[in-house]
Amino acid sequence: MITLEGVTKVYRMGRIEVPALQGIDLHVDRGEFVAIMGASGSGKSTLMNIIGCLDVPTNGRYILDGTDVARLGDDELAKIRNRKIGFVFQSFNLIPRTSALHNVEMPLIYMGRDAPAGESGRTERAREALGAVGLADRIHHQPTEMSGGQQQRAAIARALVTNPAILLADEPTGNLDTASSVEIMRLLSELNAEHGRTIVLITHEQDIARFAKRVVELRDGLIVRDEKVAA
Amino acid sequence: MNLYEALRMAVNGLLANRLRSALTMLGILIGVTAVIMLVAVGNGESIQINNQIQSLGANVIYVYPSNARGAGGISQGFGTGQSLTQADVDALNTRQQDPDVVAAIPIAQSGGQITYGNQNYFAPTTGTTPDFPMVRDYQIAEGSFFTADDVTANHRVVVIGQTVVDNLFGSTDPIGQTIKISRQSFRVIGVFAPKGGTGFGSQDNVVVAPITTVWAYLTGARGKVVSQIVASATSAGTVTQAETEITTILLERHQIANPSQADFQLQSQQDILNQATSIATTLTVVLGAIAGISLVVGGIGIMNIMLVTVTERTREIGIRKAIGARRRDILVQFLIEAMVLSGLGGALGIAVGALLAHEAPSLPALANSSFPTPVVSVPSVLLAFFVSVAIGLFFGIYPANRAARLHPIEALRYE
Repeated sequence: MITLEGVTKVYRMGRIEVPALQGIDLHVDRGEFVAIMGASGSGKSTLMNIIGCLDVPTNGRYILDGTDVARLGDDELAKIRNRKIGFVFQSFNLIPRTSALHNVEMPLIYMGRDAPAGESGRTERAREALGAVGLADRIHHQPTEMSGGQQQRAAIARALVTNPAILLADEPTGNLDTASSVEIMRLLSELNAEHGRTIVLITHEQDIARFAKRVVELRDGLIVRDEKVAA
Repeated sequence: MNLYEALRMAVNGLLANRLRSALTMLGILIGVTAVIMLVAVGNGESIQINNQIQSLGANVIYVYPSNARGAGGISQGFGTGQSLTQADVDALNTRQQDPDVVAAIPIAQSGGQITYGNQNYFAPTTGTTPDFPMVRDYQIAEGSFFTADDVTANHRVVVIGQTVVDNLFGSTDPIGQTIKISRQSFRVIGVFAPKGGTGFGSQDNVVVAPITTVWAYLTGARGKVVSQIVASATSAGTVTQAETEITTILLERHQIANPSQADFQLQSQQDILNQATSIATTLTVVLGAIAGISLVVGGIGIMNIMLVTVTERTREIGIRKAIGARRRDILVQFLIEAMVLSGLGGALGIAVGALLAHEAPSLPALANSSFPTPVVSVPSVLLAFFVSVAIGLFFGIYPANRAARLHPIEALRYE
């Protein structure tokens, strides 16, 4: 599903070159639930940006669902993000003043011709996705009218609505209280276990990483640990 | 993303900041209102001038003597020459060489105090021939015009305009009354129907007498001068041919080989109309351009607000990019937002401008002045609308492009 080979990323800060990733080899199969861990500055955000096709590696190959995305242009990357990746962010990142339903519908709008036909088809898909995360009764609520946990569930519905190859969750519980965190992690586990969703989770919390089936630890831009854990 | 989706996003974006959107729209609204109003006034002015000139008689061609030249070739001013004669008029009326001329009449002007009883009034007295009403497009309201016999016999008869009637006679019937012009007695035999029209001298402030009578009793020592010849062409379309024919005949009669040395000059109603129209058009363009400046100012307002909006919504742009919006999608979204702002402002401006133009003539301050009735033309409305949308497009490009170029990672990190 995901194959990274010798991926490096160097940021240029003025004249100084800062290496963020120093050669990552990583393979994630379909149906895996991987937690990527590491302290801040370990390169995990950079890795997530590359896996999420928000950024391209300086060197190396990145094959996502059969497509080499390392050398794609902006518009192709946008298309990959739209079809193959579902993002879940720490701060939910729902669009303000817009109902949950319309937020979830949005990736389908950018899908263009491949989207379910017509407005009604889209709305139907968005409704289903919201139902799947247990928000069937909140579809017309705006982000400000929902709790943090509900907002994150709406964000998960938005990530899933295009039926992407992977779900990429960046500190999804970072802004949530413990109860909501557990609730969200259970939802992710369930999506992985029951629907076979491939999930890549970025976190620095051991408690959260425990929900994953495999833990990859980064330090100074290199993988220092990669092991399967019992669920 | 289709147009409907883009419009829905744009409207949502604008509704999120109602006051700001309304104020930005106001800039365009005022600009468009100004354009519509001022162009309408310009149009009204143009139509008014047109009507006035048309009322002077259509198809009319004036022949003036060239400027007389004194010793050493010093010009003595327009129409001061005395090169035209009654014989020229007769030649033009033979109609063999000038089939496109219906009739030509001589004009001899004389000023003079006119008195009736204890009333007195000043009006120019025009000496001419019986074709005058036809050539100058006057109708007789009462009595009759003088005849060829009156001309031959120097009869002291006059036909007067409504303004003269009003000033001298009040409610008395002027027909058959005797008035005095420069202390000579004349009998009123007819009254012209009012022609209206203001400016260029009222068409109703006239006293018309046989040209021979004017020569005999009024112009005195100046002799049998024809100060101008007025000819009418068969139609507006034949004015140019008629002018050529008149020129040919007069050059031949005056034995002038080189047309640039002609001792007379022609001016048609069409020439006057063209001049006046071009002045009115210039006026309209200048007014429109001044108003257009305020449109540009409105456009800069849109650009300013769009830049603020793009900065404020950096994070939203990042989210949209993360979930698959391409550069083009973001560009279109913000462009449409700018165009909806300016287009809506433009449409409201057209409505306000048209309303003002419609109501202006009934304002007390303007009701009795010669302020022209503004005429809102369809092309100016369409132009104003498309220009305002184009302004949104033009001034929206930079902010929208800035939004579209944002890097998704940086945009997502923006607080």
